[in-house]
Amino acid sequence: MAIILPDEPTPIAKVPSTENKTGGWRTFRPIINYEKCIRCYICWKFCPEPAIEFDSPDAHPVAKPQLAKFDSVKINYDYCKGCGICANECPVNAIEMILEEKLEED
Amino acid sequence: MRHLPIPEEEYMLPGHTACLGCGATLVMRYLLKALGKNTILSIPACCWAVIPGVYPRRALEVPLLYTAFEVTGAAISGIKEALNAMGKEDVNVVGFAGDGGTADIGIQALSGAVERGHDVFYIMYDNEAYMNTGIQRSGSTPMGAWTTTTPGGKKRMYKWEPKKNMAEIMVAHKIPYVATATIAYPEDFIKKLKKAKEIKGPKFFQVFSPCPTGWRVPPNKSVEVSKMAVLSKAFPLYEVEHGKYRITVKPKKFVPMKDYLKMQGRFRHLTEEEIERIQEEVDRNWEELLLKEKITQGETHEI
Amino acid sequence: MAKMILTGNESAAWGARLSKPKVVAAYPITPQTSIIEKIAEFIANGEMDARYIRVESEHSAMAACIAAENTGVRTFTATSAHGLTLMHEMLIWASGARLPIVMSVVNRAMAPPWSVWTDQLDSVAQRDTGWMQIYSENNQEVLDSIIMAYRVGEKHNILLPTMIMEDAFILSHTAEAVDVPEQKLVDDFVGEFEPAFKLDPQDPGGFGSLIMPEGPYMEFRYKMALAMDEARKEIRKVTEEFAEVFGRKYPGLVEEYRTEDADAIMVVMGTIASTAKDVIDALREKGKKVGLARIRYFRPFPYEELREIVKKADMLGIVDRSYTFGYGAALYTETKGALYGHTDKPIKNYVVGLGGRDITPDVLVKIFDNMLKIAKDGVVDREIEWVGLHGDERWS
Repeated sequence: MAIILPDEPTPIAKVPSTENKTGGWRTFRPIINYEKCIRCYICWKFCPEPAIEFDSPDAHPVAKPQLAKFDSVKINYDYCKGCGICANECPVNAIEMILEEKLEED
Repeated sequence: MRHLPIPEEEYMLPGHTACLGCGATLVMRYLLKALGKNTILSIPACCWAVIPGVYPRRALEVPLLYTAFEVTGAAISGIKEALNAMGKEDVNVVGFAGDGGTADIGIQALSGAVERGHDVFYIMYDNEAYMNTGIQRSGSTPMGAWTTTTPGGKKRMYKWEPKKNMAEIMVAHKIPYVATATIAYPEDFIKKLKKAKEIKGPKFFQVFSPCPTGWRVPPNKSVEVSKMAVLSKAFPLYEVEHGKYRITVKPKKFVPMKDYLKMQGRFRHLTEEEIERIQEEVDRNWEELLLKEKITQGETHEI
Repeated sequence: MAKMILTGNESAAWGARLSKPKVVAAYPITPQTSIIEKIAEFIANGEMDARYIRVESEHSAMAACIAAENTGVRTFTATSAHGLTLMHEMLIWASGARLPIVMSVVNRAMAPPWSVWTDQLDSVAQRDTGWMQIYSENNQEVLDSIIMAYRVGEKHNILLPTMIMEDAFILSHTAEAVDVPEQKLVDDFVGEFEPAFKLDPQDPGGFGSLIMPEGPYMEFRYKMALAMDEARKEIRKVTEEFAEVFGRKYPGLVEEYRTEDADAIMVVMGTIASTAKDVIDALREKGKKVGLARIRYFRPFPYEELREIVKKADMLGIVDRSYTFGYGAALYTETKGALYGHTDKPIKNYVVGLGGRDITPDVLVKIFDNMLKIAKDGVVDREIEWVGLHGDERWS
């Protein structure tokens, strides 16, 4: 069998890390309570992955009618490692951290 | 519709391999939001040499030159001058290194680079120890901290030398812009970066960057501990523009150092007397900073 | 073409100037200093269009060259002794990153004790860094080798850095008549720098990231090894092409001098060769059949040439201006390694001239006499011998 050598002379990392689904690291899963969420985007601001994405305004329930014009947020569980910063920083306690095993049981 | 507090564009991709709640990833995320795509980074040995992932993966939407531990200052000098030679003066060139790579092994190359006046950014993400090798003491480790090379024992140890003040060392180089920042205040950090972008010459940022793993803090407390560092005076946020100091976040009410220290396992051994000693140290540093602000803002008549 | 009276260091500066690097990063050290002073002068006068980074150490000089070259421009630096050994980490980085940087090295002894005079330990100790190494015999070769080094190194099938050595003071500070080629000819010969890869915001990628043991680390190193082997052929080809354009013929990796029908052949690197050639002429007059093989390239090592050369004589005397503590000097052990299984002729190591001690014709005559005796007897008296130690009656 022929020896397989890289084409390029020096290693250049070009494959986006998005193929690495870090969601598997997670012990606790953040769950957004849309009845409480005020769409302030603080969770998005502080997410170190980032794994918080925007969704259309009507994709999720809304806490107050005047918030209905704002985009909602959702968590990309492919990447969320479950650090819990979002839940800790949420000004209205709209994110709950739940043990993955418990979710599986349910 | 959405009103976002910081720029929406992302140049750091998920799928990176940082620990849960890593402060250094937020430093990178905010940095690239502020500087944008026309940027080249150089990173030495540090957590961020591993965070982008294993070859052939990359977690950044900008080119990255990995370098040896002590050479970040020299590497960004070389990149910048090569770009200048090619007539590409508009590219942001950024050195991005940890506190060990900045305050210890890389201080010579950094000092040389900023003294020569290259038009570059240098970001020191300060997690206050050698974290990638597993929590060893650096010159930037704060007083009283436990690390694996300053463990406690029957003969009491820990780290008792003061934290090396890199921002002040950079101010002493008379460079046009020096700032501190931290992840709990991204708006402040990004504002400073955007201001620095308009300034020609070396720009130095010391960014307080909590490491839940090394500080023995739960990962969800990463941003909170960063905020507490500012509110307790442990890590004041200020900028020094052409020698003029300006404190950018002046808390109306401070929290006692005790509250900040108690959040972190690395300080759990501290006695009341030791906490008092640390409180005195940060109080003195804060007073000194206020004075510098006064003097350099031209209010010398008041003292 | 202009004839100038140039020192070795001025020749190096001219070699750099003619090759048009865009970034020069350098730090002063005796006896390299006048190279980087001359380059500063060229740039100040507008005779050389390069960014000059006056770094705070040699380690940073190499780091800055690496970063600049990776950004897409040709670079140059120069150093000596402690500066070179301080660079060691970054030398390995430069070759591993496949950046064809060119560097002048003035061979100087390592401390302690302090010595600024010539000795080849500084560069011999960089043998394993993945750099090509040329040892010059005269100032013309210093200049010409820089031009050829860019042409060889920058080929996309090579992409390896080169260091060009000159002996401290014997060449660095001694003036000789040197032909300085016309710029136009050098421009055509070296060509524009065409990077095989570069840092580019339009094409994000990480250069030098982590590779796991099961990843292609070993394969990338193997590619380097192949490139170094390929360089042997390129060097031979480029020296021929150089001769066609500039009229000076260099002998590829090894120069042979009066090796035909020799009884004993001396193997050396650097300026010892010049003295040895005179001594050989004189000894030949007296009927003593001696010859010389001057190793130009220590890396890649010319094992094929040496296997031919050893056929021409009854013994080889390897004369080293450095020592590898523990067993034999580097040129000796390398030569023996290359010849293992190809000859059973006697090979002896002579260690000479450390710390700049003068290697006079008398010393070389004595070495040749010893070599001829070994050639005749077929037995090596002492495998490794230090020549000219104080009080040693064998050599006084």
